Amino acid sequence: MTPRRVTLFSGHYGSGKTNLALDYALRLKEQFENVALADLDIVNPYFRSKDSEAALAQKGIRLIASPYAGTNVDAPALPAEAYALIDDKRIHAVLDIGGDDRGALALGRYAPAILEEGDYDSFLVVNFFRPLTRTAQEVVTVMNEILVAGKIPYTGIINNSNLGEQTTPELVLSTVEKAEELSRLTGLPVVRTTVMPELFDALKDQIVNLDPITLTVHQSWAYKEE
Amino acid sequence: MSEKVLMKGNEALAEAAIMAGCRHYFGYPITPQTEVAAYMSKRMPKIGGCFLQAESEIAAINMVIGVASTGKRVMTSSSSPGIALKSEGLSYLAGCDLPALIVNVQRGGPGLGGIQPSQSDYFHATRGAGHGDFHMIVLAPDSVQEMVSLTFRGFDLAEKYRMPAMLLSDGTMGQMMEPVSLEACEVNSYDKSWALTGTKGERKPNIVNSLFLKPEELEQFNFDRYERYRQIEENEAMFESYRMDDAEICVVAFGVAARVSKNAIDEARKQGVKVGMIRPITLWPFPKAALNKAADQVKAFISVELSMGQMIEDIELSTRCKKPVLLCNRVGGMIPTTEEVVKSILSANEMGGEQA
Repeated sequence: MTPRRVTLFSGHYGSGKTNLALDYALRLKEQFENVALADLDIVNPYFRSKDSEAALAQKGIRLIASPYAGTNVDAPALPAEAYALIDDKRIHAVLDIGGDDRGALALGRYAPAILEEGDYDSFLVVNFFRPLTRTAQEVVTVMNEILVAGKIPYTGIINNSNLGEQTTPELVLSTVEKAEELSRLTGLPVVRTTVMPELFDALKDQIVNLDPITLTVHQSWAYKEE
Repeated sequence: MSEKVLMKGNEALAEAAIMAGCRHYFGYPITPQTEVAAYMSKRMPKIGGCFLQAESEIAAINMVIGVASTGKRVMTSSSSPGIALKSEGLSYLAGCDLPALIVNVQRGGPGLGGIQPSQSDYFHATRGAGHGDFHMIVLAPDSVQEMVSLTFRGFDLAEKYRMPAMLLSDGTMGQMMEPVSLEACEVNSYDKSWALTGTKGERKPNIVNSLFLKPEELEQFNFDRYERYRQIEENEAMFESYRMDDAEICVVAFGVAARVSKNAIDEARKQGVKVGMIRPITLWPFPKAALNKAADQVKAFISVELSMGQMIEDIELSTRCKKPVLLCNRVGGMIPTTEEVVKSILSANEMGGEQA
């Protein structure tokens, strides 16, 4: 799939948007010189792409985030620089949109320019193991709420269903049918099913467009129960 | 075991409360606990429950008192500054002998502080959190799964002893996502003949009140309440013992600090240090007996916390100051790193039983 100039990741919060956006930006950088990632999350106080700023800078990817992200300032501020991504056509831009309709409100202000240019992909990220998006129908409800707020039609679905460290191939397989149902309900293609690299081999012959995703963030409190 | 879902701590405790039969939630938004209210606002209307965003924290806790008076399961949640505002209501709940669950997803303080995680409301939670002689049961989860089980436990103990229970969480525990199995735990049925449910003209009215005109009467209520507290201290203390069998150093930590500490203990063990942990699950009642017993076994204790040594007092009291208690901490929204805790363990091990 040819990357569009602007790629958006949005969905129910906790679906994995931030990780997918980070991963996507890193891959874009392999093809294009000028790549930037914008953290437009105005909802989540913790666990932001801002946390990966140093790692991104090392790879030469510009991060555009609220100056308040990761600080004690609890303000839903948007980075002023974000407009540069929309205006400067030389940049390949990745936009990490905050969760649910409230998060997508931030997108609304950039929507006219993105739609006018027309060179974009907007992916609906889905994790069927999240409590309020257990079924295709529930995802449609969330999707419609986001569309009203964000004003940019989706172009594809990414099935990122996972239970964190406890994800098994069987669990991923159990969501394939739901993703297909979501595709039928929305008319959108399932462009990718994303899994941790260690699950890739077990699933690669069973799921089309399977894609291994690397998680880069590790926290000291992320204790693994034995 | 039921099927697992991936949930934030804040969402998991909210769903657990609903599963436990709570149909009344009153709150006022504050980071980092806002997901509790957000989740309740989506779920309660679908199941015939009541979600109400009050005009203030003080209004919310007084609404809790109202519903609790009727014997219905009720909760509120907030974060540190908001919990401080609820303090008067907590005292009234205790003074009226009313059960309720209060969730504190702690953030850095004092004052407005910050929105990053903290455990610095330890004194506030364990020392009564309001005026007058009283206690709350204080439960400290260290995983999203425990957010679920301790929410059930909180409602159960609150109703068993007719008193407020607090789930003392922190920003990290509230915001982090983990797979969780939403298993229904038991909330027992207790006598609620005291509840205000309408007399139908068939009985004398019940009165829920914390005002007593006769000091002798008020004194007796305090004596009776403290008799219940004594039973709770005797019977309800919960803790987890981790690698303590041959331990010479004992880490004491709860919540997010216990998670970091487990990683640090595993690392220090690889370096040959015999170290373990006692993780208090109830902060009140504090697991005094377990710590006192450990004091006869280990050379020193290390209190790992996101506060300025507040838990040290309880460790020293429990152990009658038999062994030194060192402090390994970060505050203001910072979390100790695994390396910092390992370093503290190694230095405690070198120092042995000598006073810090």
